[in-house]
Amino acid sequence: MRDLTCKLLVIGAGPGGYVCAIRAGQLGLDTIIVDARPPGGTCLNIGCIPSKALIHAADEFERLTSIAKGSPLGLSLSNPAHDLGKTIDWKDGIVARLNHGVAGLLKKAGVRLVTGHVRFADGKTVDVTSEAGTQRIKAENIVVATGSVPVELPFLPFGGKVISSTEALSLRALPKRLSIVGGGYIGLEIGTAFAKLGAKVTIIEAADRLLPQYPSALSKPVQKRLKDLGVTLHLDARALGMSDDGKALVAQIDGAEQKIASDKVLVTVGRRPVLTGFGLAELGLEIAGPYLKIDDTCRTSMRGVYAIGDITGEPMLAHRAMAQGEMVAELLAGLPRAWDKRCIPAVCFTDPEVVSVGLTEEAARETGIETISGSFPFQASGRALTTEREDGFVQVVARKDTHMVLGVHGVGAGIAELSSEFALAIEMAARLEDIAATIHAHPTRSEAFQEAALGALGHALHL
Amino acid sequence: MKTIEIKLPDVGEGITQAELVEWHVKVGDVVREDDVLAAVMTDKATVEIPSICDGKVVWIGGDIGEHMPVGSPLIRIETEADVPAPAPETAIVEEVAPAPPPAAPATPRPHVPHLASPLPDASQVIAAPAVRARAREAGVDLRLLNGSGPGGRITHEDLDNAIATPPPGTGRSSARAPRTDMQEEKIIGLRRKIADRMSLANTRIPHITVVEEVDVTDLEALRTKMNDNRGARPKLTVLPFITSALVRAVGELPQMNAHFDDDAGVVRRYGAVHAGIATMTDKGLVVPVLRHVETLSLWATAEEIARLSEAARDGSAKREELSGSTITITSLGPLGAIVTTPIINHPEVAIVGVNKMAIRPQWDGNGFVPRKMMNLSCSFDHRVIDGYDAALFVNRLKTLLETPALIFVED
Repeated sequence: MRDLTCKLLVIGAGPGGYVCAIRAGQLGLDTIIVDARPPGGTCLNIGCIPSKALIHAADEFERLTSIAKGSPLGLSLSNPAHDLGKTIDWKDGIVARLNHGVAGLLKKAGVRLVTGHVRFADGKTVDVTSEAGTQRIKAENIVVATGSVPVELPFLPFGGKVISSTEALSLRALPKRLSIVGGGYIGLEIGTAFAKLGAKVTIIEAADRLLPQYPSALSKPVQKRLKDLGVTLHLDARALGMSDDGKALVAQIDGAEQKIASDKVLVTVGRRPVLTGFGLAELGLEIAGPYLKIDDTCRTSMRGVYAIGDITGEPMLAHRAMAQGEMVAELLAGLPRAWDKRCIPAVCFTDPEVVSVGLTEEAARETGIETISGSFPFQASGRALTTEREDGFVQVVARKDTHMVLGVHGVGAGIAELSSEFALAIEMAARLEDIAATIHAHPTRSEAFQEAALGALGHALHL
Repeated sequence: MKTIEIKLPDVGEGITQAELVEWHVKVGDVVREDDVLAAVMTDKATVEIPSICDGKVVWIGGDIGEHMPVGSPLIRIETEADVPAPAPETAIVEEVAPAPPPAAPATPRPHVPHLASPLPDASQVIAAPAVRARAREAGVDLRLLNGSGPGGRITHEDLDNAIATPPPGTGRSSARAPRTDMQEEKIIGLRRKIADRMSLANTRIPHITVVEEVDVTDLEALRTKMNDNRGARPKLTVLPFITSALVRAVGELPQMNAHFDDDAGVVRRYGAVHAGIATMTDKGLVVPVLRHVETLSLWATAEEIARLSEAARDGSAKREELSGSTITITSLGPLGAIVTTPIINHPEVAIVGVNKMAIRPQWDGNGFVPRKMMNLSCSFDHRVIDGYDAALFVNRLKTLLETPALIFVED
């Protein structure tokens, strides 16, 4: 095959890579993007999108079962049922549609999409291997966007009953007993969905509470809801491995070894960046902990080699990668750009959903900033009451001196959709007064943000 | 916890004061024992002042360029038994691929410090994203602006004003925009000494410069042969040959190897030849001195030149190795140009400048032949050296270098 040359080569067509390629194409850069999978990366193929589809299906089913149990709304229903295989087909249809959509956007931007496995020859050259043979690509600039994969536990290797999130999102039959090792957001999102679909779910978490990377006030409503859904939680517990007969997960719980009979064991203990196996390590790029070291323009230690997304560190979130990808494309087109984002919203699609944007009170205090804060519970929200979900709250954290909003955190049904208002407030350098003076439509859940700001200023109206 | 004061130590015999040339620390820095705190300069030697303990700098006692008496307080360090080391950025795990988290005891979880964005630092400007983006494009540093909006927020109007009248220190990003910046550098330490000596030499001494071309083909042939058989000895450059030729030449014209004390009106001619070798270092020009070259063989000269220039470059040259020359050689090697006008190393009366070597066509009576040619640009103090003697001296050097055997034959 003839060698290809380009101005920009993007390795990995996940949310970071494909956004980078589209923007570069729009700006007239001759761009090639390579991936072995259909475009969209982990997020679209085996991550965010499939899990949201499964969560939605499970929510819908749970609504039916709760009505069947008896509804105060005066509704009735009998014997709701589901077919997980059909749900997965529906999910696969959405994924395929979005794959197609991303491919179309790349084409529209004039980007060449090459399918195959990448291996670096040097910092300007890669070989792409596919069934058709090996294709050499030479590029002036390379953006590495190879993402991350689930961390495997040595004593619970993936295979057989032990699965990662990837397999969990493609199960065509409901596991009757699902054990989950790791109570972070991925384990909780999938665990909640399967519990709603009728599985007996057990969660093993090493810390003393769920979602340990979030403030404890945010994880409490989630923990309560899981208990209501019949999920068994083992905190301060450790997984030890599978039992000898392979039928149960062995874990140390309350100081004693216990066997938890399991049809599937889902391991969700985090994700690790993909930096090896394709010749990148041989380039000898500088690293920072487990990640590639980058500067505020996503440059690595090698000229002309950029890195974006999960391989560049926490938070490993698609929207961070997208923003980095867009920035790098514009930089390569000669525009003055640098990473100056004030916040990266983090969302858990648990039930209720959890949102954390910007600094928590503790984090602000650690940096020596004096803060004030206010919070508003959904119990006092008319909209929350009329949708039967009054659990959760919104909390706003601001500088004491200027009232500039530093962070907004919350938990509640559907709160993910409020995360953007929180992020906008921080990026725009809004003060509490700005939030308080903005008319928020009534009755909506967003009023909780305005009320929290009023509360921080000392004059909440509805508390 | 206690505070320790470090005083400017006695940095040399008879030295009563030293010039502060560099601070390696600032107030608030955490230092470890033996860390370099400051550098002071006396005459031509630079002395580094180390810390005597672990601790934190709480006060520093002078500005760069200040002359400080020996014994005056230099720095104060707050110290305690176990000063925590500064958060080392270098604590980077060496492996590229993180192994899966270690096996039990605990169900492992990769450490997730903050899901949110990195902490905003105190200097972060208060401005909306669109304002920040526009400022970056216009090359305006928003940290220098005062916001007129609520809470000090920088508005689009503030930015418009800043673009219309850029505050000092902000540059426009466009390459064609007029550049108004200016960097001021204080001339201190070695640079100031060089400056002083150059003005002294050039204002006091009426220079006459004589340039002569030298055919060094035979010299180069000899040098190559000697280098081929040098064994473990360092490679010979042209400089030792020139130095040896110089010793011969001043033997015949002793008025060249002299100091002119113009205040006293006395010329002192020296028997000993102490050749200064002008040497470029990171910090500037220094002139280490090859003492008693008349006693040195060619190889010994070469070794001494190599040792001295290395000592000058790494700053370990002793005071007596940096003063007392009676005549100076200056050479820039391949950068040596065709002609230079060397400035005499006051109070000497002559300086030999060595220009670069090049193969040039020469007429041998029948045709042009390629010869290795090199110019010598020599300056003389015209008050005590006449043009005739200057030309004679340069010509003598030319003869010696063109027939190198003459350098070595006994009279």
